[in-house]
Amino acid sequence: MNRMSWFNTVSLTLGFAFLYIPMVILIVYSFNESKLVTVWGGFSPKWYGELLKNEAFLTAAWVTFKVAVASSTLATVLGTMAAYVLVRGGRFFGRTLFSGMIYAPLVMPEVITGLSLLLLFIGIGLDRGVLTIVLAHTTFSMCFVSVVVSSRLVTFDRSLEEAALDLGCTGSEAFRLVTLPIIAPAVISGWLLAFTLSLDDLVIASFTSGPAATTLPIKIFSAVRLGVSPEINALSTIMIAIVAVGVSIASLVTKYQMTRQMKEEQEAERN
Amino acid sequence: MRRAFLILVPYTWLLALFLVPFVIVLKISLSDAAIARPPYLPQFDWAEGIWAFLAQLDFENFVWLTQDDLYWKAYLSSLKIAITSTFFTLLVGYPIAYGMASAPPMWRPTLMMFVILPFWTSFLIRVYAWMGILSNEGLLNQFLLWSGFITEPLVILNTNLAVYIGIVYTYLPFMILPIYSALERMDGSLIEAAEDLGCSRTTAFWLVTLPLSRPGVIAGCFLVFIPALGEFVIPSLLGGSDTLMIGKVLWEEFFSNRDWPVASAVAVVLLLLLVIPIVLFQRNQQKQQEADT
Repeated sequence: MNRMSWFNTVSLTLGFAFLYIPMVILIVYSFNESKLVTVWGGFSPKWYGELLKNEAFLTAAWVTFKVAVASSTLATVLGTMAAYVLVRGGRFFGRTLFSGMIYAPLVMPEVITGLSLLLLFIGIGLDRGVLTIVLAHTTFSMCFVSVVVSSRLVTFDRSLEEAALDLGCTGSEAFRLVTLPIIAPAVISGWLLAFTLSLDDLVIASFTSGPAATTLPIKIFSAVRLGVSPEINALSTIMIAIVAVGVSIASLVTKYQMTRQMKEEQEAERN
Repeated sequence: MRRAFLILVPYTWLLALFLVPFVIVLKISLSDAAIARPPYLPQFDWAEGIWAFLAQLDFENFVWLTQDDLYWKAYLSSLKIAITSTFFTLLVGYPIAYGMASAPPMWRPTLMMFVILPFWTSFLIRVYAWMGILSNEGLLNQFLLWSGFITEPLVILNTNLAVYIGIVYTYLPFMILPIYSALERMDGSLIEAAEDLGCSRTTAFWLVTLPLSRPGVIAGCFLVFIPALGEFVIPSLLGGSDTLMIGKVLWEEFFSNRDWPVASAVAVVLLLLLVIPIVLFQRNQQKQQEADT
């Protein structure tokens, strides 16, 4: 398919306008002097200053960051293990249940996951706080990691691992020296996905957090319920900027890796 | 030995933090609300034995769900909202996916990135962005008043219409990506053949392109419908007090009424409601994989 008619141009333009205009408006109004979000009162960065003075937001941001780092790292380790077991593990007792438990959280409504985890934590008498949020986030994001990693494991040539074993590697050496470098891009994107999912989560965190630990989405949600505020716009702008920078860096890195890989392959062919 | 370790660690984790919590939800949905800590009865007591404990469980909460019309109205209204907004997401998403697949190959990765980028941005923020646009003094009303289309501001925020807009906006990438990948794989010569054989462009679209993109359309619809059904954030921020969605009812039952057994029963029924589309979705994906190989 390779035809660019006026219809396609119009639908693409309108589509991307629909996707991006709300965010552009959000960003523009974060620089609004006026407290009234819908009235333009002139350019001013003052809401960013207000934000930096807001202790509650800063504490919540720090908690969110800690939770995201801890849970995405744990989720990456567990999810990679799960993917390896699913793709390379062969048959074992309860395999169907295992793969079911990997895929179910992907489609589970957050309210149900949150409720069930909360009931578990209360049942075993675990005080709600940073730890419980980390446990909850790890559980659902490890499933996303394992899906990403297993799609990479499926496509890779198993004979490479076997060659390493024939050449005298132990199993763990073969994994560390051959398998891991090959699946590394998938593991990294799995980690990034888990990190963003954790940063973003409101519902599960609301169920599993206690008064001692409030995450940023919980804070934003309770502020936003009362209406639109320029401070939240400023906060949103910062978060959008972080994502945009992160995604651009990630795509540049993949592009660089792809060109390098292509060069290596070309050289290998020439030899 | 190492294999056993590899299997056991994630397995135990998921059993303990995914399956066991569900058994607990199921159990509490069969219990009675009580003024206690935690607020339900019976508590499990080793001394009395497991049969005495099981004998105290009953389906009272589920009977209650059928009697109070709040709940079945909420289930029906969630279904209606999820179906309607999935349909509108398809209407908006298909032309975008089609446009992307028809764009020069050089542009496609960039277009892809621009569709995925919002997905990495906070969901909450994307919903929040619409609050400022749709409110009575919001930018949409300001624009419409200024351009003379309307004389009175439209009430959109806190209505079901705002919920539809919110769902279409936030789930659009889920619709675009599977349709795009179905369209991109399509062989362009098929359309040429249809045109050579006398089809007009529009007829060729209806007879060739649309049927070939069907797996993508089905996948996209499920990917929007399933999460939309249990949605909580969008109805509570953009919807009004009369917007009934089951995710919101569950939340309020739990946090406001503190009726844990009823909240658990609502969760169990929501899950049952989701089993059918999830199984259908799995089957569609499997068929797709078999067709590919």
